[in-house]
Amino acid sequence: MDTHALTWPKDGNTRVPYRVFSDPDVYRTELDRLFLGPTWQYLALANELPNPGDYKTTFLGETPIVVTRGEDGEIHAMVNRCAHRGNLVCLKRQGHTDDGLTCVYHSWNYDLAGNLKSVAFRRGIGGKGGMPDSFKLADHGMRKLRTDHFAGLVFGTLSEEAPPLAEYIGNEIGGRLGRVMRATPKVLGTTSQMLHNNWKLYVENVKDTYHATLLHTFFTTFRVSRLTAGGGVAVSEGGGNHTSYTRGRADTLGAAQSDKLYASIQSMRDGLSLTDPRLLESTEEFGDDITVQILSVFPNFVVQQIHNSVALRLVLPKGPTETELQWIYLGFEDDDEAMTERRLLQSNLVGPAGYVSMEDGAVGNFVQRAIVGAEGEHSVIEMGGFDHRSDNTRTTEASIRGFWHAYRPLMGY
Amino acid sequence: MTPANALLRAELDALYADYAHCLDNDALEEWPNFFTDDCRYRITSAENFEAGLPLGIVYATSKAMLVDRVMALRKANIYEPQRYRHMIGAIKIGVEEAGGLAVVANLMVVRIMQDGAMTLFAAGRYVDRLVRRGDDWKFAMKEVVLDSRQIDTLLAIPL
Repeated sequence: MDTHALTWPKDGNTRVPYRVFSDPDVYRTELDRLFLGPTWQYLALANELPNPGDYKTTFLGETPIVVTRGEDGEIHAMVNRCAHRGNLVCLKRQGHTDDGLTCVYHSWNYDLAGNLKSVAFRRGIGGKGGMPDSFKLADHGMRKLRTDHFAGLVFGTLSEEAPPLAEYIGNEIGGRLGRVMRATPKVLGTTSQMLHNNWKLYVENVKDTYHATLLHTFFTTFRVSRLTAGGGVAVSEGGGNHTSYTRGRADTLGAAQSDKLYASIQSMRDGLSLTDPRLLESTEEFGDDITVQILSVFPNFVVQQIHNSVALRLVLPKGPTETELQWIYLGFEDDDEAMTERRLLQSNLVGPAGYVSMEDGAVGNFVQRAIVGAEGEHSVIEMGGFDHRSDNTRTTEASIRGFWHAYRPLMGY
Repeated sequence: MTPANALLRAELDALYADYAHCLDNDALEEWPNFFTDDCRYRITSAENFEAGLPLGIVYATSKAMLVDRVMALRKANIYEPQRYRHMIGAIKIGVEEAGGLAVVANLMVVRIMQDGAMTLFAAGRYVDRLVRRGDDWKFAMKEVVLDSRQIDTLLAIPL
């Protein structure tokens, strides 16, 4: 398909053609233009690979990437593909090497920055075979990514055009990101969730401040967060990055009025409360009374603070209608035992079994199933108006419109 | 096998059978009763477990938290109708000095969705500590260590 054959509805970012969530040609174009294009994508925590020779593997879209700590102490990232005949160089998810990276297929050896150092039997045997004299090691390194750091996080891109990372994230979102990544992080654990929906349905869900307290009735029922509490959404100038936040535990309307607005939710009416409330016991950690902050960096990176539960989420496309959602749960180096325990308990709120997130694992698939045969139709995204400006309410879909505002020019729509 | 060992094995076979049928028969309200009041229950991946990382996909430090999980599943959380079929086996029993048991058992769980789709949802092992409470054995600790780091769609019903 010629990608330009997709004509975006004239109403712009308030209408999204359902076809973009299932069309294999749209997907193929995204891999090239977004994931291998001028976007920054999360690779690693800056302190995750402490020693030279440590490495991990990840993806830009579906393209395999290896991230290393070099002999120079710097983080390097390369496409995880041998320059010879395209084999995967690093097979393990993470590991350590003392002699660079060696492709198992023909033992081509690279240094930790991806420079080709040696080729097995390069001179042949007994004067026969081997590489021609014109073959230069320097011409055949692994393909290198640009890397950049922000708030203890390492991002990478294959594009020369992407602006510096700090500029890409923007001042306001950058400040919010720095707020959560307030100290040296330590990983409490990781997990992955396999979603049977297009990756953008999950990203829309993350940016959707409107749904959270309606779909996730646990939020509402146990007063973890309500739209009637103070809060808002900030959207970056280009639209692609956002942060939403809930301010304070107090309801702006008072509990009775708030209960009335949420009265359609069954569990609310039952007046539920937790038998063991320790699960929700949180402490003020960031000094600003923001209890929930969800932040995203275009196209596929999310940072969450829900009370004291901090996690990174990486949204990896695995096909037009398959997505891997990686969760990286964090604490910080200054956490004492009680703080770690609090984070572990509050992590029950999120992840594949999370009280306020399990629905997100399924709702994208519900949409995916519902839009079959509706490739010519579109969604309606008008909550809060038509633009993607920051606002001091969460009853808006401004940050979803912002995503499409950033997406469309890159895709040529 | 000594008669005492045979008796213990029979008791544990029965316990794990009861546990499987409780979950698979949707008797979730009964599920917390397999645990002590101050139990620890965690679902995690082998990757986290072997790296000594404390995270739980589900993480509870009391029986009351298990009661809360069942209540949330029944009343607050939204998920498609589904059921599990647990296969629990290869139960290895270790007797601890204090009279408790350290038990490891394999589990496989098939998940069946309302449209009939069946998938192998989980494979892994239970790493358990059991203590006597009256005539019964109760779980003082149950770690569900899943061989895969991936969870398909969501995990609602306990394992």
